[in-house]
Amino acid sequence: MLATLAFWAFSGVLIASAFMVVIARNPVRSVLFLILAFFSAAGLFVLLGAEFLAMLLIVVYVGAVAVLFLFVVMMLDVNFTELKQGFLSYLPLGAIVALILAGELVMIAMTWQTSPQAEALRAAATPEGMSNLEALGLILYNDYIYFFQTSGLVLLVAMIGAIVLTLRHKSGVKRQSVTAQVGRRREEAIEMLDIKPGQGIGE
Amino acid sequence: MADFITQFGIWGGLGMAVLQILGFTIVLLIALAFLLLMDRKVWAAVQMRKGPNVVGAFGLLQSFADFFKFVFKEIVIPAGVDRPLYILAPLLTLVLAFATWAVVPVAPGWVISDLNVGLLYLFAMSSLGVYGIIIGGWASNSKFPFLAALRSAAQMVSYEVSIGFVIVTVLLFAGSMNLTVIVEAQSGGFWNWNVLAGRALFEDGWPMFLVMIPMTVIFFISALAETNRPPFDLAEAESELVAGYQTEYSSTPYLLFMIGEYLNIVLMCAMTTILFFGGWNSPIELDTTAWPYLASHLWYFFWFAIKVVFFFFMFAMVKALVPRYRYDQLMRLGWKIFLPTSLAAVALVGAYIVFGAQG
Repeated sequence: MLATLAFWAFSGVLIASAFMVVIARNPVRSVLFLILAFFSAAGLFVLLGAEFLAMLLIVVYVGAVAVLFLFVVMMLDVNFTELKQGFLSYLPLGAIVALILAGELVMIAMTWQTSPQAEALRAAATPEGMSNLEALGLILYNDYIYFFQTSGLVLLVAMIGAIVLTLRHKSGVKRQSVTAQVGRRREEAIEMLDIKPGQGIGE
Repeated sequence: MADFITQFGIWGGLGMAVLQILGFTIVLLIALAFLLLMDRKVWAAVQMRKGPNVVGAFGLLQSFADFFKFVFKEIVIPAGVDRPLYILAPLLTLVLAFATWAVVPVAPGWVISDLNVGLLYLFAMSSLGVYGIIIGGWASNSKFPFLAALRSAAQMVSYEVSIGFVIVTVLLFAGSMNLTVIVEAQSGGFWNWNVLAGRALFEDGWPMFLVMIPMTVIFFISALAETNRPPFDLAEAESELVAGYQTEYSSTPYLLFMIGEYLNIVLMCAMTTILFFGGWNSPIELDTTAWPYLASHLWYFFWFAIKVVFFFFMFAMVKALVPRYRYDQLMRLGWKIFLPTSLAAVALVGAYIVFGAQG
């Protein structure tokens, strides 16, 4: 019964906060509601027994990605109420698109059939005798190791691409040399002078 | 909690769980009050002052006096702040700081929730701590808090990366993310603690302490940065940013921020203890199987507590001794030194697990 209660609580909060992401006037609040939505989704994962995925969702999405969102949105100085003026004139077009999408969803839902083989393929989130961390690790690093490494390479290429795009070598710029800064000794930096009162260090 | 429900039924089980959490929280808060005093006494001693010594004997009740002062002051909410978020930020900091303690084992079996992914939970919750600061800085609608929020967010995100890799080395040694298992894997004497990794040396002949001692140092320094403690307290550098993200906060909201911050510091001390210094294990293992339940558990708790207090002392000494870092130096340290070093350490420990470890 507790699990059912928790399920309704998490999914209720999830849907409500997802809705608030769309209708909140302030973009920072939108991002915060998005974070709440991630959090509730993580709760649902825990209820399913996929605790590793839940933690991953929090570490990756809430702990890192959403922080970047928040960063960007906070730095933006855009008047969103002004941007949203005349928004209602798009209502008929939006309604038509939404109706078409909803109709398609209903059509899919009506003709959906589960194959008998799919039922057999379905795996429990926590297989017998091991935690789902071990289960995921075994599958990911034994069966799909090449895919895993390829995706890593793709990310590496993206990273190098970003660096190449933004790296500019300008001539005539004074650059910071960390080794020179760290390697500085007291003798090079400080000179002790005995200054007579009222004379200063004049030439 | 699941055992409670099977034992006492659903409501009795819930009640027991709530009682347990309440007990843990109260003990933690009282311990925190004295740790705060210790913090101030240590700085005072370093600076050859006496520190708080008026309220109670040796100033023992100083923290409680401060607490009442904060609580009874008027809550000033400046005009122009985003009210709900302004209030939410300190609450979030405090709640997350407490929630993290749910998986910390203080003695064998003495843990609120013995999660399978306990280590990841700790990591996740401590990475959420940044929200209290960002939201607080932004909702204050003031320039210095906002700058501080940005600084501290960048800092915490950067150091999380190296903390993550250091944690990976530890969990490779234990083969589990369960904190109880990690602590038990280090039993048998201080040479078996992860910082010395004695099993690898004595049983397999791999000198893994050469990797793990630097990892411990990296973890400790990253913990300083993660909790915005000096020398990495750029988020509240008073000479640059007044009081950072807390500038617009006063009385109880400020108190919540402060408690949350100190809870995180003590948590980082507890994590250092659990991950590298054997958790509740005593330096020389005694056979406690014949001892009465309470005696043996208090014995283990004693060792856990003394290690945590030692690391808290180290935190306090660092604050008293080390000057503040410059921001670019901080970022360089995190990304260019700690990250490659800890990555290399993960590779080395992985190599040991695959090629060196028996069984």
